[in-house]
Amino acid sequence: MTDASELRRRTREFLAAHPPAATGRLDFLRARFDAGLAWVHFPEGLGGLGAPRALQAVVDAELEAAGAPDNDPRRIGIGLGMAAPTILQYGTEEQKRRFLKPLWTGEEVWCQLFSEPGAGSDLAALGTRAVREGDDWVVNGQKVWTSSAHVARWAILIARTDPDVPKHKGITYFLCDMTDPGVEVRPLRQITGEAEFNEVFLTDVRIPDSHRLGEVGDGWRVAQTTLNNERVAIGGMRLPREGGMIGPVSRTWRERPELRTHELHQRLLKLWVDAEVARLTGERLRQQLVAGQPGPEGAGMKLGFARLNQEISGLEVELLGAEGLLYDDWTMRRPEKVDFTGREAGYRYLRAKGNSIEGGTSEVLLNIVAERVLGLPAEPRTDKDVAWKDLAR
Amino acid sequence: MSTQPDLLYSEEEEALRGAVRDLLTDHCDAAGVLARAETDTPHDLSLWKELADGMGLAGLLVPEDRGGQGATHREAAVVLEELGRAVAPVPYLTSAVVATEALLACDGDTVGQELLGDLASARKTGALAVGLHTAAGGAFTSVRAENGTLSGTVTGVADAAVADVLLVPADDGGLYAVDADAAAITPQTSLDLTRPLAEVRLDAAPGRRIGDAGPAVRRALRAGAGLLASEQLGLADWTLTETVRYLKDRKQFNRPVGGFQALKHRLARLWLEVVNLRAAARAAADALATGADTDVSVAVAQAYAAPAAVHAAEEALQLHGGIGMTWEHPVHLYLKRAKADSIAYGTAGAHRAALAELVDLRAP
Repeated sequence: MTDASELRRRTREFLAAHPPAATGRLDFLRARFDAGLAWVHFPEGLGGLGAPRALQAVVDAELEAAGAPDNDPRRIGIGLGMAAPTILQYGTEEQKRRFLKPLWTGEEVWCQLFSEPGAGSDLAALGTRAVREGDDWVVNGQKVWTSSAHVARWAILIARTDPDVPKHKGITYFLCDMTDPGVEVRPLRQITGEAEFNEVFLTDVRIPDSHRLGEVGDGWRVAQTTLNNERVAIGGMRLPREGGMIGPVSRTWRERPELRTHELHQRLLKLWVDAEVARLTGERLRQQLVAGQPGPEGAGMKLGFARLNQEISGLEVELLGAEGLLYDDWTMRRPEKVDFTGREAGYRYLRAKGNSIEGGTSEVLLNIVAERVLGLPAEPRTDKDVAWKDLAR
Repeated sequence: MSTQPDLLYSEEEEALRGAVRDLLTDHCDAAGVLARAETDTPHDLSLWKELADGMGLAGLLVPEDRGGQGATHREAAVVLEELGRAVAPVPYLTSAVVATEALLACDGDTVGQELLGDLASARKTGALAVGLHTAAGGAFTSVRAENGTLSGTVTGVADAAVADVLLVPADDGGLYAVDADAAAITPQTSLDLTRPLAEVRLDAAPGRRIGDAGPAVRRALRAGAGLLASEQLGLADWTLTETVRYLKDRKQFNRPVGGFQALKHRLARLWLEVVNLRAAARAAADALATGADTDVSVAVAQAYAAPAAVHAAEEALQLHGGIGMTWEHPVHLYLKRAKADSIAYGTAGAHRAALAELVDLRAP
């Protein structure tokens, strides 16, 4: 219904009516949402126009050229990349109207209450319990590795509602109010010194049934939407050449000839090629999505980026030699957004270690590629037909 | 960079792929390639005639007004993917890409242009008389030009045994067209059974100067290197697909061995390499077609493709177990081609060295 020129016209009209220089940031963002220019592939009335996703680039280019404020996507990545597509797919009309707008404008930050101390790669084994009491669910349990929990207003949560059926079948998906008095957020300090994530303790948290997403017992299926979007969000970014982790080390190489050695030169060139090829793969994936031919390639993007980020940042620390022995700052901080390439080489090296763990470990992703893309058989399983309460733990 | 290369396949390109694959399925099975490899005629000339003449693929890179099909490197790359998948013993890369590119560089000479038309229409097959290992910009052997004749020896010339015309660089800086009948062409026992090399010896052979060797050879080898990545993609894709198929079928310990994580993870990593290789090969083909960012795209593609294709073939052999070590199983044809390809038109190391200059990451 909407083509590029039509969208360009709409965007220009919108900019004329809401000149960025004369409009408050939040007012601008709310108006942009109401005009359907937030995420054009979403339905009308929910920030979009039902247009092809690829056409968002047309809107973004116009807005950027006009100096318009954005919604600081790195601050609200979990909401945009994971909660929103899940709410859109499984939410009631009321839920969509209540949650999507403040999510997109950044007025309400979201976090993800999925992993638990006893349920990491085997997420479906989770033990946080939700018990029905009247119109509410009462939730008790512990979640972990929760980025942004300390700034989040809402969380997407999966909890066990039926322990007597096999683990994948007894899970339900909820939207959890992080201001509930039963929610306790404790920082979890990382090897970088800071605390980007948290432990979240849930004690008699009450969630109204109207904040359930999808059917009771169908939470595992709903969560797949979240997780698949997470991996696309991590892998599908568009980058210029040297736009990722290879950028800082390449600049150091150029600016500091006294640090160069032949051995590092060989490694740098190999990694530069790998990074450029990974960038092209991401670009190809994006072009497939734009052309409406999504391929299975997305499943592998994060695998490649994790290895590259780790090897490149490791090389950078070595290149720096004596300076590589130093670290910028171990002070415990609580950053509000994730930044893989910010700060110095030592930080990048340590932070990149998480890239092969967060959002699915590389080992689990290799299984997913092998089974879902290549069609190889799964390992024999002993947990499929056993009630969750009878599993070994 | 504001514009990105087109990394997809068009509908026409997919149709071309389908047609080539159909032909190869019918006329280029692994057993036939293997049987032919040890005969005196390792090249399949009837298949070559079918591809080059019957399907008109020899002239893809040549404009229509010069006797060709007026297509681009993107289509030639698709053909090479399929030829790689079948390890087809035909001189497509050497004649329809490398020799053709050399002739395209010699556009001021009437004989050269006539030859270009001959190659494009498959009336003749050509070979650039430069060792297959040579990278664009690298040193190559030049024969002696004397009184209008050429004398000297060039070794390691791929597919020379089936060439009708040789394009020979000489020490006066010229590129000469030499009738193959005027040269002594001796096959060399080659690592790659399906793209055999030959020694070319000229003894006061008559030749026609058709242009300057330097730019023609450089252009030819750059296109060869860039499109070789698509052949390597075809090789890697076949070895991965065939290994996955085999490991789903092969049972040990009362299970398909493809279910063991130790093997699955290796195949998943290989799949990722093939996905990357596809993007790199498409980028190089597109860059050759558009002329934008070509040197970097070709060097990136070769620096990535060479080790990736070798890795895929080596993994295929290992994961097939004992059967992979037999002469009977075709995986060795792919390994030999992949390993030879990793040297052809410059090693990965040579392409990385080129990149060091191109993207300003200079050596100490």
